[in-house]
Parts: sequence; C-alpha cells; structure tokens
Amino acid sequence: MSASRSVAIVIDGRAVTATEGVTVASALLDAGVTAFRSSTSGSVRGPVCGMGICYECRVTIDDVPHRRACLVVVASGMRVDTASGNA
Amino acid sequence: MTAQRRECDVVVIGAGPAGIAAAARAAELGARIMVIDEGIGPGGQIWRPSSRVLSSGRAAQWRSRLSQSGATVLSSTSAVDARSDEGRGWIVAAESLSGALEIVAGKLILATGARERFLPFPGWTLPNVVGIGGAQALLKSGTSFRGRRVVIAGSGPLLLPVAASMSKVGAKVVLVAEQAPFESVSRYTLGLWRRPSTLAQAALLRASFMKTRYATGTWVVAADGEDHVRNVTVTDGVKSRDMDCDVLCAAFGLIPNTELARLLGCRVERGSVIVTETQETTIAGVFCAGEPTGIGGVDLSLVEGEIAGAAAAGRAVDDGLVARRARLQSDAAALDRAFALRSEVSRLATDDTIVCRCEDVRLRDLDPSWSIRQGKLYTRAGMGPCQGRICGAALECLRGWPPDSVRPPIQPARLATFLVGAKAETTDEQGVH
Amino acid sequence: MSARDRADAIVVGAGIVGAACAAALARDGLRVTVLDKVFASAGTTSVGMGHVVVMDDSPEQLALTTYSSRLWGELGSQLHARSEVDRCGTVWVAEDETQLDAVRAKQESYRAVGVTSSVLNRRELQEAEPHLRRDLVGGLLVPGDSVVYPPCATLDLLQVAREHGAVVREGVDVRELVANGVRCDGEMLRADVVINAAGAAAPALTPRLPILPRKGHLAITDRYPGFLRHQIVELGYLTSAHVMTTESVAFNVQPRSTGQVLIGSSRELVGWNAGFNHAILRQMLARAAHFMPMLSDLSIIRCWTGFRPATPDKLPLIGRWEPIPGLWIAAGHEGLGITTSVGSAQIIADQVAGRPTAIDASSFSPMRVFAAAAGAPT
Repeated sequence: MSASRSVAIVIDGRAVTATEGVTVASALLDAGVTAFRSSTSGSVRGPVCGMGICYECRVTIDDVPHRRACLVVVASGMRVDTASGNA
Repeated sequence: MTAQRRECDVVVIGAGPAGIAAAARAAELGARIMVIDEGIGPGGQIWRPSSRVLSSGRAAQWRSRLSQSGATVLSSTSAVDARSDEGRGWIVAAESLSGALEIVAGKLILATGARERFLPFPGWTLPNVVGIGGAQALLKSGTSFRGRRVVIAGSGPLLLPVAASMSKVGAKVVLVAEQAPFESVSRYTLGLWRRPSTLAQAALLRASFMKTRYATGTWVVAADGEDHVRNVTVTDGVKSRDMDCDVLCAAFGLIPNTELARLLGCRVERGSVIVTETQETTIAGVFCAGEPTGIGGVDLSLVEGEIAGAAAAGRAVDDGLVARRARLQSDAAALDRAFALRSEVSRLATDDTIVCRCEDVRLRDLDPSWSIRQGKLYTRAGMGPCQGRICGAALECLRGWPPDSVRPPIQPARLATFLVGAKAETTDEQGVH
Repeated sequence: MSARDRADAIVVGAGIVGAACAAALARDGLRVTVLDKVFASAGTTSVGMGHVVVMDDSPEQLALTTYSSRLWGELGSQLHARSEVDRCGTVWVAEDETQLDAVRAKQESYRAVGVTSSVLNRRELQEAEPHLRRDLVGGLLVPGDSVVYPPCATLDLLQVAREHGAVVREGVDVRELVANGVRCDGEMLRADVVINAAGAAAPALTPRLPILPRKGHLAITDRYPGFLRHQIVELGYLTSAHVMTTESVAFNVQPRSTGQVLIGSSRELVGWNAGFNHAILRQMLARAAHFMPMLSDLSIIRCWTGFRPATPDKLPLIGRWEPIPGLWIAAGHEGLGITTSVGSAQIIADQVAGRPTAIDASSFSPMRVFAAAAGAPT
C-alpha cells in the first residue's frame, strides 16, 4: 500500500491529523474519543454497527447535527463536535 | 440542495456482492442500470473498500466488472422510499450527502444485504462494545486496533475471519467465543471437506490462530467499565470468567434487511424475502438477491445476483447458476443449523439492561402484557432513528413482539428529500459511470 | 369491583375522550367499566398531535376549547411525567396585513372569553421563533396553550379512573349498544349509563352519527432540542379544518419534550384508506418549509397517517342519545380531541348527574342530527 496522506480536521475544538480516506468514526476513535454522543438519558455512546444503521455514532459535522460518523470520510478543515466536547 | 429525477431500466438497491453481480450482469445484457448504495464505494460489508485491507482477488474482479459494465453507481446514497409508478414501473426516492433524487425504472432489484443481530446484555451500551461485522467495518474504514485487547463473542463463520483481521493489524485477540456447542461447530467444520475452497480458508485461519483462544459453547454475559468497556465476563453455562478487554465485538449472526421488500408488499416469511426461480419476489417487477432472501454468504449472493440481473434484463436463467444456487442454499442451511442460537443468549438482559438504545428504554419499562404497538407508544421503544433495526431482534426475543409494518422513510431522511418530485427535471440514463 | 358486577356506567372506547369520561364519572362515585377493542389510545389518540389549544372557528368551539384547556390545567399532578405536559404556548403566524387583521380580531375574541394573548410584530415574532421566515409580518402568542403526549395522558386519565374504582378491559370487541347495555362477544353488560366514545369508529356502533374519518399525515424529526419553543400554526389552519370537502394542508408544528419536531397537517376524506398520499405529504412538508426554511435540513425519522373523527358542522357530539335508553355520545372531536376531551367528559358527567353544565352544551347535543335531518335549522 502506498503512503497515505494526512488530512487536518478539528475535533471538539482541537486540531487533529487524520489519514486521508478514513471515516470520521475512525478518526475519532484513533484520536481517543470514545464518547461520540450522549444517549437520551445521558450515558455516553460510540459506534456499534459500523455500517450506518445503529445511529450511535452520531456527531455534529460542520454544524450539521446527527451525522453518522461511520458513513462520512474526513475532509480537510472538517469540524467535528462530539459528546466528549460537551462533557 | 440539488434535486433530480432520473430514469433507467433497472434500479439496483445495494452494491454488495449481490448488487454488484446483478448490476454488472444486467448492464452487460444491455439494460440501463443505476445502482444506489450507502457505502463510500461498491462492496457492501464483506467487500468494503479499504485502504488498509487489501481486497480479495474476487472482490477486485467483480468491482472491475461492474465499472466496465456501463452501470451507473451512486455511492453514499440511501434509498428512502420506493413505490409503484401507477403500475408502469417503480419510483425510488433516495438521498445523497448533499441532495436527493427520484429514479423511475421499470424494474427493481433489492440487494439490501443483512445486518447483525444485536441481543442486549448488561453493559452492551458501553463505548467500544461493537458488532463483529461492525468491528471489521471500523477496521476497514481506518480505525487502529493495534495493541488493543479484543474479545470476540457471538456466533457463526464471521468470528474467525474478523479475529484474523484484528490480529493482522496488531490487536491482541484475547478470546474468540462461539456460542454454538463444540459438537455443532466440529460437525460443520468436518462437513467442509465437501467444499475445498472453504476448507483451505478454514485451515489458513486456524493456522494463524494457534495462539488464540477459540472457545465453543461460550458466550458473553456482561461488559463492565466506566466511560468504555474495560472488562468482560463470559460463561460456558457452568463456569464464568472475567477478562480485561479494550474492545468487545459482540453480535449473534445476521438478519436480512427486508424493510424495502416489506414496504413494497413483497411476501416475507420467517424474516426472508420469498422469491421465484428467477429471483422475482411476489411483487411483479421486483427482484431480490443475496442475504434478504436468506443468509447465505458471498458465493450465494453472487449467484443470486447474476440470476436476478439476467432475469431483470429479460434473459433466461442459466442452468449452471441455478444448480450452483441450489448447492449453496443447502450449504447455507447447514450453516444455519450448526450455528443456531442457544436460548441463553436471547435472555442475557436483566431488568436494568437497556433494550432500545435510541430511546434508552430498559427491559423493566416494557410490560410483557403489552403488544408491540403499546410498547412503542407508551415508551417510544423502537421509535428512534434506527427504526427498530437494533432493538427489533431483542424485542422479539424478550417480549415476543414481531416487527411492525414498514412505512416510508425506510431510513431517516432530510425533509428536503421528501420534496423531490414536486419540480421534476427528467434525465435519461445514458449508462455513463 | 369485579368485572362481572353491574357497573353504573360503561364507557366504550379508551381513547383520550373515553379515558377522560371514565375519570370524570368515577370521580363522581359511579362504578365505571371502560371497554376498548384494542388497547388504550389505540385509535386516533395514538396518531394525533397532542395539542391543548384554544381555537375560535366558532363561538361554540371557542367556549369548549377554553373550558377544556382550563380543566387540563386543573388536572395538575394527576398527570405524571410520562404525559409530558408542556405549557409552551402557541404562536399563530400571519403572512400579510390581511392576516394580521385577523390576528388582532382573534386576540379580541380570545380576550372576550378570558384567554390572554399578545400580538407580535415582525421583530417580536422573530425573537419568539428565530427559525421562522423573516418576512412574516407578525403573529399572536397564546401562552396558555400546551402540548401533551396523548398515549400516556390517556394512561394517566385511566389511572385516575382506576383510583376511583373503575375497571378497564382491553381487547373487548363491543358489537352492539342496546338499552342500558352493551353486547360484546359472549356477554351482555348492563349499566344505567353507556357512553359511545369510540371516536372515528363511533358510527359503527351508532349508525346515525354523522362522523367521517378525516385523514391526516404527520412527520416527526430526530431530536433537535431548542429548535422550536412554541407550537406554531398558520392562520390558514382554521380554513383547512373548516372546509370539509376538499383536501388541504396547513402549517402546524409542535415541539415534543424529546426535542423532536412534529410536523403537520393535512386533511382529506378518502374513507379508511390509511396508505400514504405522497403528493399530500409533499405539499404538507413543502408548506412547513415555506414557513420555516430550516426545517428542510432536519432529519425526518418517521411518517404516519391517522383518521380524525369529523362531523359536518365541525362540533363534537356530546350528550344523550335519546333513541336508545341510557346511551350517551362523546365523539366527533376532529382535530381537537385532546384539547376538548376533559371538557367533554365533564359535560357528560354533569349531564348524567343532573347538574348544570359549566358552559352551554346545547350546540353539542347529538339530537341535532335529527333536527338537521328534519330540515330544521341547527
């Protein structure tokens, strides 16, 4: 496999370097974020199904809430806000 | 937001192996084909394109065949609704990352694949408790599992390949727990001598696993931790043991995705879409191929896809494919029997365990005397964005509530997506990829 | 009281109206049995919007909705957390100066019956609801209106009834309403008072009731806490509700306590066909986006249809049904079933007890059906 390029994104206000082509979910997990969202009764949740059906990986991307992180590929300058940021 | 109306001969929904085979075949036979797929690129779950994991030769070949066939593939696009176009064909409403469209077609091929069966147990909602296919998907999408202690617990032939993928990227697979009893698993494995290619695969996997613990008749009973899982308890029905764990991969087999088929009124029995010899459903002009007709793996999905693609393009069914399909279906039945779920795993939830993750409804909130409608109305269980896909199996096992009827949207969709069709510009499908 | 003892009153239908009737009668000391074919709230109650709102399509409607809203407020702690009572108020919106005149008239008619409201100018409207289109000329804020979650409010009302000795039996198929009795599968239940509170299905039991199923579509979004602060209704809603014959849509959104936005409304008469009308759903959602452009980007997780029990004169049928001894009707509330349930129930309870009703209920008399048939003015 060829060397991968990096992509600069912002996670909960801090600059993070992600690998080109990875999903936002992967970038978050690799950045040590496990609390993607807060459940309706306040417990933290992260990705489960990896394929866009469980809705547990929802984060806000570029101010749009309820984006499934496992279905979105990182893009340069992307801003991701998670439950970890609100804690 | 862009909105369009497009036309073609056949819409294929899903670009996993079945969808790829169906679309490629139909396009090669001259039909104008459009494929709608949620993934970032064709491959579905099992052939998910990845920069970290090399595709199998077969996956690459089929993807190449698809791209040369002339079929148009719309990736990152979800089918939201499908309905009859006043008897003349079908209208499929779909949503992409930034827009929405309606596709009008004479025929539909549903290749909507399968999802994992999640059954709740104490601690299953902790972060880093993921599915087994889910773990594979996360791995292929770029997640690093290097140095993580991983426990894989569940059922079926997915367990070992996922364990192998994990090991390959540097994870420490502490335990692979197969709930099926030793007798069933070994009978199935011995039966593999009839299928040389899978036997070779199995041997390779076992070789790469000398050090890994693979336990049959063993299942997870609880996950524990604060902000994420740290510890997992498994049992063999007699003795329980705890182990440290960073990632727990737990799911119990696969469930066909039949929502679209049910929305269209296709007959579904025991969770599988009923199809004829040509893969046509009980609704004329709607075909179905792959896992939704019954879980059967990649080989069967490819064969069914090819049959459906040819049939939708108006060609006769190939006898060779029909024969292969029959053999593979009997293999699938054997697999089903071998890995049948023991009753214990459907009863792991305690009163406090969350059953509906979207709405945080616990088992004790669900009065056993209620019908599914009452459960939904009084607690909102099953009324969240996952539309019951995650909790459905649990509600059925724990409360005897069968899945409810399907209404559009079959996936949450932006309001703007519903507005397509009001002002329509029709674009004829040229078959350009 | 066991189910087999003779009841004083049998309520047929455990929707919000039946539940409210059961609570009112049980509180009066009657032994009440409630019967439902399916389960509590399974009919229109489970598919509607859950607003408790004052409406002035007619003086009678204004009186009933005002009275009933007050009674909802007096329920207090009898409604538990699951009923999700939210006194968020309603904002009626005006698109142009003509509608603004209508807003001022509305304020006046509300004031005359003691309902507080304030006219909002363009800026005040924007402040009240920032996601509304900026070129709306103004609106009317009615702070006393509220939202409830109907299935659980029904359970809470039935709980009140039970605490006063009522018995609730679900899964009971009532076949016929007879003199002082109800015939179900395999049994005849007797009571001095029988109430047909079966909503859109009421005519199946009392065929002369002029109630037609008026279909509506609704859509609900994912959770967006704070997106909406009040219920919002366009003034055209009243026209849509008023005109029986054609299909229509009218902008009406409601914040649920979950933070979900409930979007309506549509009306059509197509019999009992519950299937989706894509064109109407599209029109309804387009109208919503017309008033609130940012709704376009919200994720809709579910859509459904339901049937409102509609009468030709837009008023419910509340009171004695003379052709059958002991039979009373509490049905035909169209889109105001939640709002007027408690008031309707109190009217029935007062009439059963021989007490004067708090408001003039003569316009709701079910016997007006015969007067209309005879050609007399209603």
